[in-house]
Amino acid sequence: MTETPLLEVEDLRVSFATPKGPVEVVKGLNLTLGREERLGIVGESGSGKSMTGRSILRLIRAPGKQTAKTLRFDGLDLMAQGTRQMRRIRGARISMIMQDPKFSLNPVMTIGHQIAEALQVHEKLPRRDLQARVIEMLNLVRINDPERVAKMYPHEVSGGMGQRVMIAMMLIPRPQLLIADEPTSALDVSVQAQVLDLIQELVTGNGMGLILISHDLNLVGRYCDRIMVMNGGEVVETCAAQDLHKATHPYTRGLLAAQPRMQEAREELPVLDRSGGAGT
Amino acid sequence: MTLPAISLRDLDISYGDTKVVRDVTFDVAPGESFALVGESGSGKSTVLKAISGLAPEWTGEISVLGKPRGHGTDRTFSTTCQMVFQDPYASLHPRKTIDTVLSEPLAIHGIGQRSQKVVEMLGAVGLDQRFRFRFPHQLSGGQRQRVAIARALMLEPKVMLLDEPTSALDVSVQAEILNLLKRLRREQGLTYLMVTHNLPVVSFMCERMAVMNKGRIVEIAPKTALYDGSFSDPYTLDLYAASGGNPDADPAVAAASDTKDP
Repeated sequence: MTETPLLEVEDLRVSFATPKGPVEVVKGLNLTLGREERLGIVGESGSGKSMTGRSILRLIRAPGKQTAKTLRFDGLDLMAQGTRQMRRIRGARISMIMQDPKFSLNPVMTIGHQIAEALQVHEKLPRRDLQARVIEMLNLVRINDPERVAKMYPHEVSGGMGQRVMIAMMLIPRPQLLIADEPTSALDVSVQAQVLDLIQELVTGNGMGLILISHDLNLVGRYCDRIMVMNGGEVVETCAAQDLHKATHPYTRGLLAAQPRMQEAREELPVLDRSGGAGT
Repeated sequence: MTLPAISLRDLDISYGDTKVVRDVTFDVAPGESFALVGESGSGKSTVLKAISGLAPEWTGEISVLGKPRGHGTDRTFSTTCQMVFQDPYASLHPRKTIDTVLSEPLAIHGIGQRSQKVVEMLGAVGLDQRFRFRFPHQLSGGQRQRVAIARALMLEPKVMLLDEPTSALDVSVQAEILNLLKRLRREQGLTYLMVTHNLPVVSFMCERMAVMNKGRIVEIAPKTALYDGSFSDPYTLDLYAASGGNPDADPAVAAASDTKDP
C-alpha cells in the first residue's frame, strides 16, 4: 500500500464559461504527491494555483467545470465520488487551510465550538472526549491557556492566533492530505514563520501530505521538498526545493529576480516581460 | 544645517483612551528614503496617519519641511506632503473615473490646466492614456497602485508617506511599483517615509530604517545592517531571523556595495 502515491492527478482541467467561450484556467496539470511529501505550488495571481488546490477537493462550483483523466487520492477515484461522498472526504481525509482567518472563521461561534464542529461532522464522540480533543488540539497549535481561548470569539484573537485556530480546525479530524492555500499571506513576517513551522511539525511524522500554495518563492523553498511553478494555468517548471536557485525556466528566473534581496545592490529590479498584455 | 524634511519630536499618539505610539523621535533628511518597520499593531501606520492628519489625537511635535504641523486639517500642508495607502483596491473611489480621481486634488486647490496635468501624470507613472476614462474596477492591482501614486503626486508634494505600497501586490508587480517609486524619487527629488514589514524591500528602497515594536521605536539602523544582521536590539534580530536572514551573506560583497552606495 505504501507504494501507491497519496495523490495522483493527470490532465486536470478547470474551465469557466464566458460570453467569449470557455476560458481554461488550469490547462492539463499532472502531479503526484507521495506520503509525507511536501509540495509547493507557486505562481502569481491568476496562474491557477488556487484553482488547482480547490479542484483536488472538487470545490469548483458551477459555472466552473472540472475534468481530469485521473484524480486519485489514496487509491480512491475522486472524480467518481458523488457530492455526499465528497463531503465525507473533505475535512476528514483532505483538509484545506484558507488564506485569511478573518473571513474563514464564523464570527458568531466560539472558537471551541467551531473546532468541535469540524470534528463532530466526521466522528461521533461523547461530549467530554470532544472537549478534551479540542483542548489537546489547541495545545498542539501552541495556544496558551486553551480553555480560555476556546470560549473566545474570533474577533477577540489576533490574526496569527486566528490562523492557528484554523489550523487546529483543519487538523483535528487527522486528515491525510493538507492543502494550505496562502496560509500566511495575511500574517506578519514574524508570525508567518511560527505558523509555517507549526504546519511543518504537524505534517512531518504523521504520514500527512502537504500542498503549500503561495506566491512567495523563497518561503515555499524553505518549507517544501518539491516546487511546482505555475503560470497561465500551466506548470512551467518542477524542481526540488534546494535546486530552486538553479531553476532554468525564464518565468521562474524572472520571478526570482524580481524579488528584492536582503542585500540589494541593484539599482532597478528586473520585471517580467508581459508582451501582448496591457502590463500593470 | 539643512532642515529635515520630516521631523518628529516626542510624538505620542492615542486613539481615544488608548495610547498606541509613545516617544517617537526621528528626522528624515530631504531626499532621503526612510523606512518604518514592524509587525501589525506596532504603530507604524499610525505614525504616518498622524503626520498626514488622519490621527489627530497626538502630542509632541511634527514638522514637515521646517513647518510645524497643527492638529486640524491644513490645505497648504497637503501640497507638501501626500500619502499612498496600502490597498489599491480600497483606496480608490469605485464610481469615479481615473480622470476624476486625478483632477480632484487640482480642483480643490484651484489649479488650472487640469487636463494637461492629468495626461502628464499618467505618463509619469507609466500608465497608458487609454486608462484615463476608466473606472478602478477595470484596472489590475498594479495599475490601481499606479493611479494611487499619481493621485498623491498631483499636487507636486516634496514628501511622500507610503503605507505598505506593495504588500497587496504580486512579486513581479511589486518590482514594477518599487522601480517606479525609485525613479519618481530620483526625478522629482522626493523624500519618502515608507511603512513596510518586508525587510528586503527596505534594502532596495531605503537608506535607513526605524524598527517599531509595541508603539515604540526600538532601533534606528542603516540599511547596511540588513547585509550582516548587525542589529543591537533583540526584537530586531528576531524580526531579521523570521525574514530568513541574508542567505547570500558575503562580507566581501557587503563591503563592495558599501562603497558603491553614495
